[in-house]
Amino acid sequence: MKRSKLTFWLFLFPCLLCFLGFVLIPTIMGFYYSLTDWNGVAKSPKFIGIQNYFAVCKDSQYWYSFAYTALFTICCVVLINGFGFLLALLVTKQFKGATFMRGVFFMPNLVGGLLLGYTWKFIFTKIFPATNIPGLGNWLSDNKTGFLGLLILMVWQMSGYMMIIYIAGIQNIPDSVMEAAALDGATGLKRMFKITIPMVAQSFTIGLFLILSNSFKLFDQNLSLTGGGPNHTNEMLALNIYNSAFCSNQMGEAQAKAVIFFVSIAIISIIQLTITKRAEVEA
Amino acid sequence: MKKNNSLLNIWRIIYRIFLVLVFLFPIAMLVWVAFKSASDIALDILGVPKKWIGFENFASAIESMDFLNALKNSVIVTICSTACLCIFSAMAAWVLVRHKTKMSNFIFLLFSVSMLIPFQCVMLPLMKIMGRFGLGQFGIDLMNQPGLIMAYIGFGSAMSIMLYHGFIKGIPVELEEAAAIDGCSTVGIFFRIVMPLLGPTTTTVSIVNIMWIWNDYLLPSIVLSGKSNLRTLPLQTFKFFGSFTTNWGVAAAALLLIMMPVIVFYIIAQKQIIKGVVDGAVK
Repeated sequence: MKRSKLTFWLFLFPCLLCFLGFVLIPTIMGFYYSLTDWNGVAKSPKFIGIQNYFAVCKDSQYWYSFAYTALFTICCVVLINGFGFLLALLVTKQFKGATFMRGVFFMPNLVGGLLLGYTWKFIFTKIFPATNIPGLGNWLSDNKTGFLGLLILMVWQMSGYMMIIYIAGIQNIPDSVMEAAALDGATGLKRMFKITIPMVAQSFTIGLFLILSNSFKLFDQNLSLTGGGPNHTNEMLALNIYNSAFCSNQMGEAQAKAVIFFVSIAIISIIQLTITKRAEVEA
Repeated sequence: MKKNNSLLNIWRIIYRIFLVLVFLFPIAMLVWVAFKSASDIALDILGVPKKWIGFENFASAIESMDFLNALKNSVIVTICSTACLCIFSAMAAWVLVRHKTKMSNFIFLLFSVSMLIPFQCVMLPLMKIMGRFGLGQFGIDLMNQPGLIMAYIGFGSAMSIMLYHGFIKGIPVELEEAAAIDGCSTVGIFFRIVMPLLGPTTTTVSIVNIMWIWNDYLLPSIVLSGKSNLRTLPLQTFKFFGSFTTNWGVAAAALLLIMMPVIVFYIIAQKQIIKGVVDGAVK
C-alpha cells in the first residue's frame, strides 16, 4: 500500500514539479503582484491594495482594446466558422484535386502567427499600394482597414483548421441517412439544412469556442502585423497587457489587467462548459 | 439540360481554382519578390525583374539572421520538450487514472482548470522568479534551454495529461494485473505494457505539442531574453524584422526559409497531423 503511494508521487513528479513551478506558483504570485506597486525593478514591491484595479478602470486605452477584441472575436467566430464549413462542404465532394485543395487550405494554419503577420504586413504595405487599384492602399496605416487586415489574416489562417474539424463531422454522417433523404426526394439545399447542419451541430460547438478563445487571446499576429499601431488603435487585449508591462514598465497595473483578462476567459469557458454539458444531456 | 450541366462544371472549376489562388496568393507574392534584387523591387515590386539574381537573397537571409543556428535551437527545444511531455504526461495520466483517490481527482482537476490561465497572466511573475532576484539568488539559472524545456513541460502537461487520461480510461486494467502477478515491476508494467498501448495518443500529443512549441514566441522571448546564441526561429524572426525592413527581397526570402521546415514536415506527416488536429480539438 505504501509502495503504491510512492509510485503515485514518483510518476507524477516531473509534470507536477514543472507545472507548479512554471504555472501554478507564478499565477498565484501574479494575483499578489496585481495588488502592489511593482515596476519590474524594485526588489520588494509595496502592497497598495486594489489601486491598480482602479487605475485600470480609468485606463480608456484598455477598455478600447477590450471592445476592439470583443468585436474582433465576434467577427472571427462568424466568418471563420462559416468559411471553414463552406470549404469543408466543397472538399468532401468527390472530384480530382480535392485532397490537394484540402492541403492548400490547411497549410497556413501550421505556420506560426508571427510569420503570417509579417507575410501579410508585406502584402498590405508593399503589394497593395503597388497595385494602384483604388481602395488598396497601405491598409495598416488606418484603424478600420487595419481591423479588416487582421480579420483577413485570421480568416485565411484559421478557416483551414475549422475545415478539418467540419470534415470530420461531415464524414461521420452515415451514408444511409443521405441516401434515404435522396430517395425521399430531398434536394441539395434541403438536405444541407435538414441533415448536414443538424448532424454536425457538435462540430459547430467545438468550432465556436475554439475560435472564440483563440481570437480573444490573439497576440502573435497582432504583434507582427501592426504592433497595435497606428497610435494603439489596433491594439488587442493581450498586446495591451504586453505593452503596458514592457513599454511603460507598469508591471503592477499590467498584472491587474492580466487578472481581468483571465477572469474574462474563465467566464467564457464556464459558459462554454454549461452549454456543452447541456447539449450532451440532450443528445 | 446537358449544356447547362457543362456550364455549371466550368463554373465549378473556375471558382475552385480561384479559391486555391486566393489561398496561395501571399506565399506566391513572397516567392515572386524573394528572387528580385533590391533595385528591381524599388523600381517596380510587381513587375518582371530586369536582372536574375538567383538565390542571392536567400543566402543573405541565412547569414543575417543566423538561420542554421536558430533552426538547430528550435529543433532541440521542440524535440526535447515534446519527448519529455509525452513520457512524463503519460506517466502522470496513468497514475491519475489508476489511483482512484481524492488526491488524484484533485490533481486532475487542478490540471484541467489550469488550461484556462492565459500566458499573459503568468508572464511577469515568471520573469521575476527566473531572474536575478528570484532563483538567481540561489545560484539557479533557468534562463537557458533546459529551463525553457521545463517551462514547456509545465505549460503543456495539462493538455497532454487530458488527452492521455481520456485514452487510458478505456484500457482494461486486467492486462496490468496479469503482468503484476507474473512479477513485473510497476516501472516495467508502464514502459513495457501501457506505453506501447498508448501509441495513437502519443502521436496526437506529439503533433499538438510540436505545432505549438515550434511556433511559440512569447515564452522563449522571456526565458531566453538576452541570449542571442540560443534564439529559436520565432525569436530570430522578430529580431530580424525589428531591426530591418528596408530590403523586402531578403525579408521575403527569410520568411520563406522559416516556413520551409513546417511545410516539409506537413508533407511528410500529413495524415498524422490531420488526425492530431482533430483529436486535439475535440477533447
